[in-house]
Amino acid sequence: MSRRADIVIGGGLLAAMIVLALLAPYLLTGDPRALSPGNRLLAPSAGHWFGTDQLGRDLLTRVLYGARISLFVGFSVALLSSLVGTLVGMVSASDRRLDAIVMRVMDGVMSIPAILLAIALMAVIGGSVLNVIVAVTIVEIPRVARLIRGIVLSLREQPYVEAAVAAGTSRPMIVWRHLLPGVMAPLIVQATFVWATAMILEAGLSFIGAGTPPSTPSWGNILADARALWQIRPTLIFFPGVFLFVTLLAVNMLGDGLRDLLDPRQAPET
Amino acid sequence: MVGYTVRRLLIAVPVMGIIALIVFSLLYLTPGDPAMVLAGDQATPEQIAKIRTSLGLDQAPHVRFVTWLWQMVNGDLGTSIFSGEPVTHMIGQRLQPTFSLLMLSVLLSVSVGVPFGVAAAAQRGGWTDRALTFFTTFGLSLPSFIAGYAIAFVFATTLKWLPVQGFVPLSDGVQPWLRNLILPAVTLSLVYSAIIARVTRASMLEVLSEDYIRTARAKGVAPWRILFRHALKNAAVPVITIIGIGIATLIGSAVITENVFAIPGVGRLTVDAILHRDYPIIQGVVLMLSAAYVLVNVAVDLCYTLLDPRIRY
Repeated sequence: MSRRADIVIGGGLLAAMIVLALLAPYLLTGDPRALSPGNRLLAPSAGHWFGTDQLGRDLLTRVLYGARISLFVGFSVALLSSLVGTLVGMVSASDRRLDAIVMRVMDGVMSIPAILLAIALMAVIGGSVLNVIVAVTIVEIPRVARLIRGIVLSLREQPYVEAAVAAGTSRPMIVWRHLLPGVMAPLIVQATFVWATAMILEAGLSFIGAGTPPSTPSWGNILADARALWQIRPTLIFFPGVFLFVTLLAVNMLGDGLRDLLDPRQAPET
Repeated sequence: MVGYTVRRLLIAVPVMGIIALIVFSLLYLTPGDPAMVLAGDQATPEQIAKIRTSLGLDQAPHVRFVTWLWQMVNGDLGTSIFSGEPVTHMIGQRLQPTFSLLMLSVLLSVSVGVPFGVAAAAQRGGWTDRALTFFTTFGLSLPSFIAGYAIAFVFATTLKWLPVQGFVPLSDGVQPWLRNLILPAVTLSLVYSAIIARVTRASMLEVLSEDYIRTARAKGVAPWRILFRHALKNAAVPVITIIGIGIATLIGSAVITENVFAIPGVGRLTVDAILHRDYPIIQGVVLMLSAAYVLVNVAVDLCYTLLDPRIRY
């Protein structure tokens, strides 16, 4: 697929999902938490397009509200880990001794499988949407920091940066005018992939009960609720699963397209 | 070789030390009293006090770290808050299902991913190559536990070819053991084999443009022999590297996917620990699986020297 098609289809799907998530309260009159014991485990019908869960809650409503949590967590983690990761990467690249220490710590964090580190963090700080964002951001920071550090180290050897140093340009100015622009393109690409990973981690954490509190309808929680019942009513897994899959596909396509467009050196040869 | 092995293992020691330090520090990240957060909202003061002493939160952090580390080195991961059993023992009971699943997944992913990547590189732009691009994009966007439900729904509930859930130990026979593990292993292999195939393809494309490949072609060496004997051997280092790095994702996916297939492994233990707010178990699982990951990558480093005699340390 061409890069333009990737960006248009991926970006379009993602935009559609964001609009659906934002409009959730206006599209549906229902409350995602409203119980209706008489309507337990209904099959999809005209009244309940996606059916209902074991407490009689409307699945379509829950899935649309779930989109809010999933997208919000993904976006926040992408933004926060980009900011902190860039800072850590740049500071680390600026001093050799500091670099040795910071990078060993980053290596250590990356030697712990991502979801396990997130589980341990969640166990310690307690379950809430905000804490999921914090935990997943901590997991993702080293991946951004390593990327930025590598780019800054190679940019520093570029003649135009050396010329700026020789001309007596101040350090903040070098960072702002010469280093940051060079870092921007790969950072944006990396941020889209972090967005996707963060949504997978949130869903995984909530699925095993270590993520957003069970009262919050997130895709992971909806899937977790369906764990014991999926053989009776497979649509309970199917609908949130398809929404998560399509959103991830959209973000990944957008990322692939942006990478080919902005940062062709990183792109796999085709 | 022996000297190198020893040296490489010694390099792994500080990495493990840093992992231990990070895992240890987590407890102190808690805003407020970690014992209270771990005990939960409905805990009695006695329960909180019990957790505080059992985790050593009543001691100074640096003192606690030294005693804690000494216990870890001696294979003591502490005791479970909920059951009072030693964590090492509880994890030990759950290792067989998880390791069976991981081993089978690695085997399956390598035996599918490597030939797939070679075929895609051999016919660049051909249908295998396009199938691989498609497979990778979809594989990376499908969380393993959702793929697990889809696979279980098709092959177990609908077609009834294989059991839906459960685990049978190897001691009860290879066939029942394998029957229960096939679907979860296929689930875990979707992403992992796609990543292996993609790296194999890229590495093969690089090698296939070398002069000695052209020479071999000109000599009339059979195409499959060029691919698998001449090229693959020289393209192997990045492939082995990604197999090692990918183990981290595989371990993480296994912890979650075990719950889809009701496999009584480390993943199930973790979920029960989360439910019971049993932090020593979570901590033990994280330390043990991270150590396994580091050791796998030491083994990967050792493979480099076997594969490529030019690599000497």
